[in-house]
Amino acid sequence: MTPTATYSDQFAALATPAGAPAWLPALRQQAFERFTALGFPTTRNEEWHFTSVAPIAERPFKAIKPAATTLTASDLAPWILDPSWHRLVFVNGRFEPGLSQFSELPAEVEVATLSDALRESPEWLSAHLGKLAAFDAAAFTALNTAFMQDGVVIHVPKGETVELPLQILCLADAQAQGAAFHPRLLVVAEAQSQISLIETFAAMGGAEYLVNAVAEVTVADGARVDHYKVQQESTDAYHVSTVQVTQGRDSIYHSFSFAAGAALSRANIYTKLLGTGGEARLNGLYVLDGTQHADHQTFVEHIAEACASRELYKGILDGSSHGVFNGKVYVDPEAQKTDGKQTNKALLLSEQARVDTKPQLEIFADDVKCTHGATVGRLDELPLFYLKSRGIGAESAKALLTYAFAAEVLETIENDPLRLALERAVFERFTHASFE
Amino acid sequence: MSSTIESLVNKEYQYGFVTEVDTDTIPPGLTEETVRLISKKKEEPAWLLEWRLKAFRRWQTMTEPRWPNVTYEPIDYQAHTYYSAPKSVTPLQSLDEVDPELLKTYEKLGISLTEQKRLAGVAVDAIFDSVSVGTTMKSELAKAGVIFCSFGEAVREHPELVQKYLGSVVPYSDNFFAALNSAVFSDGSFVYVPKGVTCPLELSTYFRINAANTGQFERTLIVADEGASVSYLEGCTAPKRDEHQLHAAVVEIVALDRSSVKYSTVQNWYAGDSEGKGGIYNFVTKRGKAFTDAKISWTQVETGSAITWKYPSVILQGDNSVGEFYSVAVVNGKQQADTGTKMIHIGRNTRSTIISKGISAGQGQNSYRGQVKVLPKAEGARNYTQCDSMLIGNRCGAHTFPYIEVANNSATLEHEASTSKIGEDQIFYCKARGLNTEHAISLIVAGFCKEVFKELPMEFALEAQQLLGISLEGSVG
Repeated sequence: MTPTATYSDQFAALATPAGAPAWLPALRQQAFERFTALGFPTTRNEEWHFTSVAPIAERPFKAIKPAATTLTASDLAPWILDPSWHRLVFVNGRFEPGLSQFSELPAEVEVATLSDALRESPEWLSAHLGKLAAFDAAAFTALNTAFMQDGVVIHVPKGETVELPLQILCLADAQAQGAAFHPRLLVVAEAQSQISLIETFAAMGGAEYLVNAVAEVTVADGARVDHYKVQQESTDAYHVSTVQVTQGRDSIYHSFSFAAGAALSRANIYTKLLGTGGEARLNGLYVLDGTQHADHQTFVEHIAEACASRELYKGILDGSSHGVFNGKVYVDPEAQKTDGKQTNKALLLSEQARVDTKPQLEIFADDVKCTHGATVGRLDELPLFYLKSRGIGAESAKALLTYAFAAEVLETIENDPLRLALERAVFERFTHASFE
Repeated sequence: MSSTIESLVNKEYQYGFVTEVDTDTIPPGLTEETVRLISKKKEEPAWLLEWRLKAFRRWQTMTEPRWPNVTYEPIDYQAHTYYSAPKSVTPLQSLDEVDPELLKTYEKLGISLTEQKRLAGVAVDAIFDSVSVGTTMKSELAKAGVIFCSFGEAVREHPELVQKYLGSVVPYSDNFFAALNSAVFSDGSFVYVPKGVTCPLELSTYFRINAANTGQFERTLIVADEGASVSYLEGCTAPKRDEHQLHAAVVEIVALDRSSVKYSTVQNWYAGDSEGKGGIYNFVTKRGKAFTDAKISWTQVETGSAITWKYPSVILQGDNSVGEFYSVAVVNGKQQADTGTKMIHIGRNTRSTIISKGISAGQGQNSYRGQVKVLPKAEGARNYTQCDSMLIGNRCGAHTFPYIEVANNSATLEHEASTSKIGEDQIFYCKARGLNTEHAISLIVAGFCKEVFKELPMEFALEAQQLLGISLEGSVG
């Protein structure tokens, strides 16, 4: 069976959720037709040159109807950053109200699951869902749009500030074996509003499954969205995610992507700066080992004047892992006074580790300041020597310097509990010592 | 940009004249017969014809690359003429027999085939349309054992060398334009520097496309034997014509153990008028292979051509080999350039340096596209890349597409790129010191390109700087 045929049968059998609006099946149909026409990307596709998704295409991942979970709150503890935060928990794609936490939110702020939102505010949803994440040329986005079952919808009205961060936890356990999940996230932050959210993808045990996530984020004039993503999937799993952001005047969008899990992962982070004075900060860290493969792709479109974009991505590659970074900055002829900076640094810990990086600039305006830099290498001999000369053993010196390499980018995380959790994870990974 | 700068004059392309000489031109079109005819006209041995035919057959199965960041009307390969030679060229015994018109052409271009360059210490091979019209300073080179002649002559007199190295760096199947060149190349230069010899003169080739609707497909092969060293410079011009002309050259460099080859290009093909009419399509494959302890250095100043598609590359095959790429690429008017380099690190402790300066003006589009690849065995490989772009005016574009692929953890790679506009305050400062705007800009641009110009042989560095000034005139807004 061809890869797309696997999904054809499933699509035919796909039931429209009860109470869903009439436009939904039409959108799904359109998306599925596009997916069939595109097929899975191959490495001949420039955007996928360094990442082969053949392992995903070859495996017949299927949508599943998971049973209610038997997990308890204590099982979730490793991933819960603060129990008092508003929290939505999905286990094997199924929303678990019992494990979720509903904190008090400003009255007008709406946080709902996609299935609830489809029932309760279909009109509002029809104006926003699928409007940013174009699937004309993006097979995985098309596939998600065709199959999206559940997810999270967040609407922050004008001028509202959500004080506490919001966490979305997507867990997979043994039941997820062979399953495909297509979670969807929609965030609309209206003018002068603020929200901070953390998406955590994690697994209990080593199942082989596919997560194909799509997020659409609107950051209106003067609004600010902090968007953190922690990807700690099972090392047998496949993870593809696409975030499409549009930003209004003087808006701020901060993204941080941490990738340590999955056999193969790909994160697309795209933002369009449509209003003057907008700021985009896209940072990330990938820590890989064994035969893991992680690909980050960013695309910042400077459409309006006087916007700033900052990118810092770092990779630590051990074993025979493969890290890919592809950052593209586009500056429209109208986007004068653009200030763009992009940096990618990769640290190779082992002889078999590989890295491919492609920082691109496409600039059509003259009054701009754009730079990018990329470095690849192993640990510098000189600091190693310095530490050794101070009586620190070779192994400890290496571990410390590796941690220091990661810390530079982790320090940019403004959410303290998350920063501490990731610092701890990285520290313990390399020093085998306690973080305390 | 302020209007003061906008108002600078646009100087005419000064090499746009046409020379009236009788030519021996075959009818347009490209078939296996054309390839046989070219080979026959050049009285080539059977093995070369066979090689050409293999290339031609391969070319027919290939498609033109579409990935470069340039747009142009489709090329009708059957509408071009694949062989055009000034009639008086064959058989050439001495320079005195060269058509005086031709010599005048070279005088106009500033290349004297005779005495002037003797003083400058440069030996010149001049290629007019597709055929070499004269190589100067031959006897002096012969004393040192250096072979510097037209490709056709090399095939006749040194077939063993040509057969050994032809296609060893750029195989005929390499890419669409290299295959086309391999099938129909008409002439070019051949250099062989024997073991341990440092070539006593700078070698130089001058390319000139004259005939209308003619493609120029020259092939250059440079072999530096063990411990040899040579510096080579090429320059190019073409008349102004309304039709686009095709130039698909191949340059191969073989740098054997401990040798050193420096290849400099000042490319000033006709770029088309301000509306984008006419101009040369410059689709060139240049590559060198550096063996143990060898060094290959590319320096290019690209100011001409309507479209440039060119990636001078180095395969760092041997241990401790060194590759360098220094480039200044200027686009103005409606020019488009997609140029850069490839550094393929195969041997241990190989080093490469890339310095690329792109200047975009008018409605020009300038792309740097480079690949640095470190293979698993390339222990201790080192690369430093710096590509800077300068934008002059708000209708041009500057793009950067670097590919960095590393499969060895002992490698150290650094890549830096920046894009900025020419600084108003820098211009103001110069003007306050009594320079006019035009001089201020040429001073700033010269400073921006200094790292590359210092790599050029001295007299050409001067020429390149002037050329840059001319290319940018009228662009500044």
